[in-house]
Amino acid sequence: MKIRLDINGEARHLEVEPYRSLLDVLRVEAGLTGTKKGCDVGDCGACTVLVDGKPVNSCLMLGVEADGAKVTTIEGLQPAPDRLHPLQEAFIRFGGAQCGFCTPGMIMMAAALLAENPRPSEDEIRFGIAGNICRCTGYTKIVEAIQVAAKEMG
Amino acid sequence: MKRFDYFEPRTLEEAAKLLAAPHAQILAGGTDLLVELKEHLRHAARVVNIKKVAGLTGLSFDAKEGLRIGALATAREVELSPVVKERYRGLLQAVRELGSIQVRYRATIIGNICRASPSADTIPPLIADGAAVHIHGPRERVVKLEDFFRGPGKTVLEPGEVVTSIVVPPPVADARKIYIKHGRRKAMELATVGVAVTHVPGLETRIVLGAVAPTPIRARQAEKIFSETGDAARAAQAAMDESRPISNVRATAEYRREMVGVLTRRALEQVR
Repeated sequence: MKIRLDINGEARHLEVEPYRSLLDVLRVEAGLTGTKKGCDVGDCGACTVLVDGKPVNSCLMLGVEADGAKVTTIEGLQPAPDRLHPLQEAFIRFGGAQCGFCTPGMIMMAAALLAENPRPSEDEIRFGIAGNICRCTGYTKIVEAIQVAAKEMG
Repeated sequence: MKRFDYFEPRTLEEAAKLLAAPHAQILAGGTDLLVELKEHLRHAARVVNIKKVAGLTGLSFDAKEGLRIGALATAREVELSPVVKERYRGLLQAVRELGSIQVRYRATIIGNICRASPSADTIPPLIADGAAVHIHGPRERVVKLEDFFRGPGKTVLEPGEVVTSIVVPPPVADARKIYIKHGRRKAMELATVGVAVTHVPGLETRIVLGAVAPTPIRARQAEKIFSETGDAARAAQAAMDESRPISNVRATAEYRREMVGVLTRRALEQVR
């Protein structure tokens, strides 16, 4: 099936099989490998992207369902090629990323959280990222990074 | 995922016809279906995406009819709804504990119901509130949610039938509602035991147990004892006797039965 969608501000026309997940379509057909495949069944959150501004697990959505949608991946978060998003900066500064595999999904979820709630409490951050599993950090550094980014963005 | 044919019907009639074929799977939110297809728990010769069928979206509230939840309304829509927050507190508590925010932006309430998992979070509070299921098919019909389930993964739906909405009656002014989910961790968890109570002082108490029988069940004996005597401890004991839990990876039957008693008592003390 042919689909047309906006990925990170770029209009893309893709030919995709209906049984391919949006995650596979982004990584293979669109060539954007920043979005990670962790569990592929909606438990880990590594594949989180924004579809029309809302955070979703791209593994739990068919690629064809994104026809006409606006998709933002980690590659689309940077304001310019030589500048990082405040969340990316804060994750680096506060050790919010160790192995890095959960980081793209974690940062996309954090971006969605801050868009809805620019000054979240620690509890609200922990509730917000409950669907993003990290096995390195113990989450404390991630929560700190999100709090600092929230302040800088606010 | 294995290859399947894919359809996007525009009308209910078309959807029902497409779904009458063998191994046709309905797709709304997809958060259960895609997992089951990937893990080969379910086979799809065709997938029928109902997202483009008109008239199935959204939530609406009417003081006389109550809350209507369309087949495409997501868990996140329910979670963020001011009406749900104000009048359907048990449902709100349940929906906040369903999966993650990412899952809730896709998953539908109707999907959670039709999947008929004994541990589904949204079902006990909806039964406690007296919800009814509206079904499109060869003949339109309405089934009380408490009569909708046949067993784990099994409902009264016939091939070619599609649930279009559920309707939850408007709450009585002083109704008090609660849903308590018990699990091994705070988030991303399936209920080990779920207890929902809707209590209208002096009128009626409904107690619904999740994950302790092949389907969510009303603890009718416990309801009767609490309505007549207000004795939470005796009602909790009755609820334990009415539960029929199994042992599995999440808990033993004995532990589940104990927790039915603890949580039923706790819930009744909080709504009293």
